[in-house]
Amino acid sequence: MNSKEITAQISKAADFLNLKKWDYGASFTNDYSVQVDKGEAKQLKASQKQILTLRVWNESNLVGITTTSDISESGIKKALNLANIASDFGNKNERTEFSPLSKDPIEIKDAKKRNPVGIKKLLTILREAEVKLLESHESIKSVPYNGLSESFYERVYANSDGAFRSYSKSQAALYLYARAEEKNKKPRSSGSVKLGYGVEDIDIDSCINDASNKTISHLNYSSIKTDKYLICFSPESFLTIINAFSSMFNARSILDGVSLSNKNSIGEKLSTEALNIYDDGLHEKNISSSPFDGEGTPTKRLCLINKGKIENFIHSESTARIFKTKPTGHAGLGSKVSVSPDWIVVEKSDENSDLKISLDHSTYEGEFVYIEELNAIHAGVRASQGSFSLPFDGWLYKKGKKISIESATVAGDIKYLLKNIVNIESSQEVTTSGISPHIWVDELSITGDA
Amino acid sequence: MLSSQIKSNEIVFGSCNKDLLEEIIFYGIGLGADFVEIFIENTDNSSVLAEEDFITSVSPSFGKGAGIRIFKEKKDGFVSTNDLTKHGLMRSVSQAIEMLDITDNKKREVFNGLNNHRDYSLSKKKWINEVPSIHEISEKLLVSTKSLKKNNKIITRKGSYSRNLQEVIIASSDGTYASDIRLHQTVGLNVIASDAQYRSSGSRRFGSSGMPNEFRLWDHEKAANDVFESSMNMLYADYVDAGQMPVVLANKFGGVIFHEACGHLLETTQIERGTTPFENKLNEKIAHESVTAIDEGISEGSFGSLSVDDEGMEPEKSVLIKDGILKKFISDRAGELRTGHKRTGSGRRQNYSFAAASRMRNTYIAKGEHSKEDLINSISDGLYCKSMGGGSVGATGQFNFAVEEGYLIKNGKLTSPVKGATLIGEAKEVMPKISMCGNDLELAPGFCGSISGSVNVTVGQPHIKVDSITVGGR
Repeated sequence: MNSKEITAQISKAADFLNLKKWDYGASFTNDYSVQVDKGEAKQLKASQKQILTLRVWNESNLVGITTTSDISESGIKKALNLANIASDFGNKNERTEFSPLSKDPIEIKDAKKRNPVGIKKLLTILREAEVKLLESHESIKSVPYNGLSESFYERVYANSDGAFRSYSKSQAALYLYARAEEKNKKPRSSGSVKLGYGVEDIDIDSCINDASNKTISHLNYSSIKTDKYLICFSPESFLTIINAFSSMFNARSILDGVSLSNKNSIGEKLSTEALNIYDDGLHEKNISSSPFDGEGTPTKRLCLINKGKIENFIHSESTARIFKTKPTGHAGLGSKVSVSPDWIVVEKSDENSDLKISLDHSTYEGEFVYIEELNAIHAGVRASQGSFSLPFDGWLYKKGKKISIESATVAGDIKYLLKNIVNIESSQEVTTSGISPHIWVDELSITGDA
Repeated sequence: MLSSQIKSNEIVFGSCNKDLLEEIIFYGIGLGADFVEIFIENTDNSSVLAEEDFITSVSPSFGKGAGIRIFKEKKDGFVSTNDLTKHGLMRSVSQAIEMLDITDNKKREVFNGLNNHRDYSLSKKKWINEVPSIHEISEKLLVSTKSLKKNNKIITRKGSYSRNLQEVIIASSDGTYASDIRLHQTVGLNVIASDAQYRSSGSRRFGSSGMPNEFRLWDHEKAANDVFESSMNMLYADYVDAGQMPVVLANKFGGVIFHEACGHLLETTQIERGTTPFENKLNEKIAHESVTAIDEGISEGSFGSLSVDDEGMEPEKSVLIKDGILKKFISDRAGELRTGHKRTGSGRRQNYSFAAASRMRNTYIAKGEHSKEDLINSISDGLYCKSMGGGSVGATGQFNFAVEEGYLIKNGKLTSPVKGATLIGEAKEVMPKISMCGNDLELAPGFCGSISGSVNVTVGQPHIKVDSITVGGR
């Protein structure tokens, strides 16, 4: 069944069950991926997957939901029945409705949908990439984690009020994680990930060079003394930490009592006036952009922090109604509708006179720790408490020279971190999760082995 | 609930599918595959969430699909699909054959048909009618969250339940033909406590496999008291000072460190990648002689137990480390093919869309002879980790784990609670430093995410003492 037929089938089955109000989200995906091991194909994968999430409203206007991969006539009937049963347990204290924006026009960017190149081509490209990476330095002995994939998918949202929207797109991903070994030293590993609309859009040489350079740069390492340090976050690591604490801007988290913010936090000063943060799901660099969210609300650019102060929260339909505002296009369809950011953009605002512009990661000659990548986010972040303690890959810089840090964690508090931003570099970098410049923070605790 | 309405020429759950499965396998072997494996599943899941004094989410889900894996020499092609018709399954086989570029079909492997059906599901078909109803679950969760409301410092209370019922059919060209029904139930409680600028959280999770009545027997009051006490103890805790120190790790979920830091390095997938330091250490000492470690899938009711693995092999009890000596790796079919280590009944996957891989089941350090007090009394200045949070292991074996509930040890006694602690190290350096094991082995359920998705596991250990480890803090 295609999406129009599914909508018609749901409508017919809902009528039969006397269900007047319903909506659904569906996705249809075809994935192809390859992995290699020293020039040989290791695992080649293909998958065809379909998922349907269906909500119904019962006579008391309570919502029930069911998710299924069985999108047959009988599967749809069963899903409607189960959702109807589940609606008896619908949340009476927080009603859910259709998004008032579910029929608003959506902005579909240039359909950069590519054609599949096929498994054989994927395999050839990945084999060549592995060889080049292995040949890039004598210490790189293997590429234990590698993969090249291409996905083709369609997403649909429709409801009984006549809303219907869909889009389809393609995405490709290449990841290369190399392992370097030298005598009497610990093995070191690092890598790179690149995304594109299709395989032809991925800068493969850049991925190889990044993986090689990063891995080799960690070969000469030393332990670091436990102390407080001046920190420079790479764009990727700063975005990681902002995403980890995005519950500060999340209306769902605020209502659930798991956010550091509260309903009255709009306008609260969190940081230097030089900091602006946006959520911009439709940004041209966002390969994974979606023109609408799980409730059919159009995606849009939203300012989260303006000149250091909280400007907006991200919302679903129900949280927006409670906060007396409009949905922002950040909802995920579920029995309890989730809310999450799309694509974070960090910028330096016009009010930046208090920044220490001499702090530039490429020229500064004083001592600082450069955090390249933060790890173990799920384990080391206490979002509801604001604290974090995270292992990282990075370097200690002293007098213009750098040495890789053997094994260390950075610990602190997100509000302290934001308040102690001392410089926001001018140049932004695009990463897989957003855009940010390098960000400097004074006095964070580093625990090392020394 | 699990029996689908199936057309002819389609897999029918609860019926004999031998002819159709043999036809598919013959087709793959005929096209030149060395080995053909078919994994088919039908799922019926539900989850319920209680927040404060209300049910805020009830989420049923169901689905079906197949994963088909073809081996040619040491490489494999894997195709997954929701289409369980004969046409759909054959198309998947063709796709896998094409991916592997198999064109030489002269050297054919022999397929002698499927063996007698091993049906592990016979006594389990009634489970779906024996598990608690959504109404029953909701009532008990609401009582549980009410039990968490013990003072006005508790600002958030949550109780969650999930039930996964998975019916599987496994067939392969070595004659394997098995089916099973698996039931996993898990329930968790979470609180956030707050007072002025102080905040803490507490959580506990419980789980079982193959025990439809287990949720009814769950002692929610005891669990609520435990979670409440933990959050109160930590509410005003200071941050721990970083440094090297001796540590006592509590039993139950304390075993997550062994699971993450060492257990994964004993999976053959790590040998295949060349990422384990233990690759050539079989029969060599890799841990302190007080350490014996086991991985098994047979403990009745444990979250990681199974009657048959996802490749059709009955799970075995594998002694991984005996008195500090490495004795065995955890292996699946691909692991045996590529590394030579015999299969251990550990081929596991989240669902049909993942190829099976060597994965842990119930993994624990065996009990020793000491009491918990012996361990603590032996330390003049260190840390007691009563409750562990999550953690991770890097590509070169470094691990770090958050301590959810920790206490300083001074002169052999537990003193003040501390927060923000992280344990940092490397398995091969820490394993020789586990110098004392307690006599109070207990297991705890968890979910393990890795190459073949998220699978149910049990971690465990008695109280153990690590002579020295890096503790991250402020």
